[in-house]
Amino acid sequence: MNQYIGKAMPRYDAQGQVSGKVRYVDDIKVPGMKCVKVLRSPVHKGVIRGLDFSKAMAVPGVVGFVTAQDIPGKNAYGRFQDMPVLAPDNRVRYRGEPIAAVVAVDQDTALEALSLVEMDIEEQTPVFDMFEAMKPGAPLVRHDSKSNLWVHYPPDITEVTMVKGQVDQGMAQADQVIEGRYSTGVQDHVPMESNVSVAYRDEMGRLVIHTVSQTIYAHLGMLCAILAMPMSQIRYIGGQVGGAFGGKNDIHTDHIAALAVLKFGYPVKYRLTREEDLQFTTKRGAFVLDFKTGVKKDGRLTACRIDIWHDTGAYAGMSPYGLEKCAMFAPGPYDFPHIKVTARTIFTNRPISSSMRGFSVINGQVASEIHMNRVAEALGMDPWELRFVNAWRDGDHGVTGYKVRGAGALEAMKKAAELAGIKLPEKLMSMSSRGRQAS
Amino acid sequence: MTHILSFTLNGAPVQALVKTSDSLLDVLREKLDVTSPKRGCDSGDCGACTVMLEGKAVRACLTCALTVEGKQVVTVEGLSHNGKLQPLQEAFVSHGGSQCGFCTSGMLVSATALLAKNPHPQRHEIAQEMSGNLCRCGCYEEITQAILDTARKGD
Ligand code: FES
Ligand code: FES
Repeated sequence: MNQYIGKAMPRYDAQGQVSGKVRYVDDIKVPGMKCVKVLRSPVHKGVIRGLDFSKAMAVPGVVGFVTAQDIPGKNAYGRFQDMPVLAPDNRVRYRGEPIAAVVAVDQDTALEALSLVEMDIEEQTPVFDMFEAMKPGAPLVRHDSKSNLWVHYPPDITEVTMVKGQVDQGMAQADQVIEGRYSTGVQDHVPMESNVSVAYRDEMGRLVIHTVSQTIYAHLGMLCAILAMPMSQIRYIGGQVGGAFGGKNDIHTDHIAALAVLKFGYPVKYRLTREEDLQFTTKRGAFVLDFKTGVKKDGRLTACRIDIWHDTGAYAGMSPYGLEKCAMFAPGPYDFPHIKVTARTIFTNRPISSSMRGFSVINGQVASEIHMNRVAEALGMDPWELRFVNAWRDGDHGVTGYKVRGAGALEAMKKAAELAGIKLPEKLMSMSSRGRQAS
Repeated sequence: MTHILSFTLNGAPVQALVKTSDSLLDVLREKLDVTSPKRGCDSGDCGACTVMLEGKAVRACLTCALTVEGKQVVTVEGLSHNGKLQPLQEAFVSHGGSQCGFCTSGMLVSATALLAKNPHPQRHEIAQEMSGNLCRCGCYEEITQAILDTARKGD
């Protein structure tokens, strides 16, 4: 073991990568492989009144269509099991929601077939803004729910609340209270490799799926539920991923490719083009964060009140989980004696949001750090000093009561200053995360 | 309309049956099973499909297959000789110039073309010449180091 510690080791697959030998999923070819493409909702919200595949079926080279009726198991997947594989009840809730899949000899044929499907869709009023979606009487994104708020704790708690101390008391002790609203937008991961699956039956009759999943064991379980198959009958092969960044934490193509194999028996490839990948895969969802911070003249923080709204789009993805992370870390690595955070996840008719690098912790950090600069400005204090004075020391407590061990914000800031060529005063440089007294 | 296309790929003559609308990338990946050029965007934006055409780095997804008739095409498969990596490939390995590796083939081809043209590039020249190759894993600095290192050792 010691021979590796402290040494830069080459990646295990670097030799293969630089010689072009590594095989990614899109590099796999199976004899007789057909192409899968998906019919998607052209509207942001609607009810499908009729679907006619007859013209599309007449195109030479079309094998057939897969619809929700062909799903042997659960037509739902995802961390919160709320994303349908194919529109289950003839309802669509975002533009691009999968409705049916076509299997054809090649991509051109598949696309021609899709263009010939006759769809009668009744468009309904969508809602795109979180605050509009929360108003009483707003159009419901999910017709079967009571409101557009995700229920974090059944039966009906829609708010995540985290409390440390008494925030009102903390605000009363402050010399100044500084408020600010921050919002972060939707982001796509754009891995260089778009989502793709190759699926077929092996000689033993088992279903083989070559996947780009970054969460292979979780996804295998979800596939078993969708396909109503035991794990022993699915060979789920992954590991060679052309970038993911959280975007391949949700299934995008494996389930539909697998259903096509189950229905028609042919090997298939289902690959998203760059345009499809950008439009139809999960995103980092939008956030709005309100910060209210109490501070003493000497720069010591007294209290922090944070309100968070998170737009998850039409389905939950991993957003409720991300939201909890956001809530927990939004105060930043600073010692607030009193904190209260409330946060909620809201449905809109936008594309699904889910995980992306750092989950949603980042969204809280963006707001928190901009807000710290504002606090410093209001106090007329150097922003470095404000951060140094308040940064976590070992033994401080976070909002959920966890005890901070191995704190490192001070050391990280010192290093950052050094790299940026900023000379910090000795008073700050002598501070250490090992304790507040030591400073 | 199909045509028989003949060209030289990594030093050996090849032929393929192609449609007028096929790109060089379609032919390499789908017909000839040469998969190192990647289909990152299929629209000329990412550089993952970069190959060498007559010594120049080009985007295979934007190159009409029929235009390479009789010409020399080199991909990463053709860079190493008898399984021995070129110094640039070695430098990518030792500097950590690849993470997921999906951009790597295109990066190597562009960098090879760059070094052939300019054996001692400055940092800003590397940035300029490699600007058409995207790496979402963010290996830009490591790739720059690998190119600088290769140029240094080439003396
Ligand atoms: S695939 Fe050719 S530039 Fe992206
Ligand atoms: S190494 Fe992943 S995109 Fe460059």
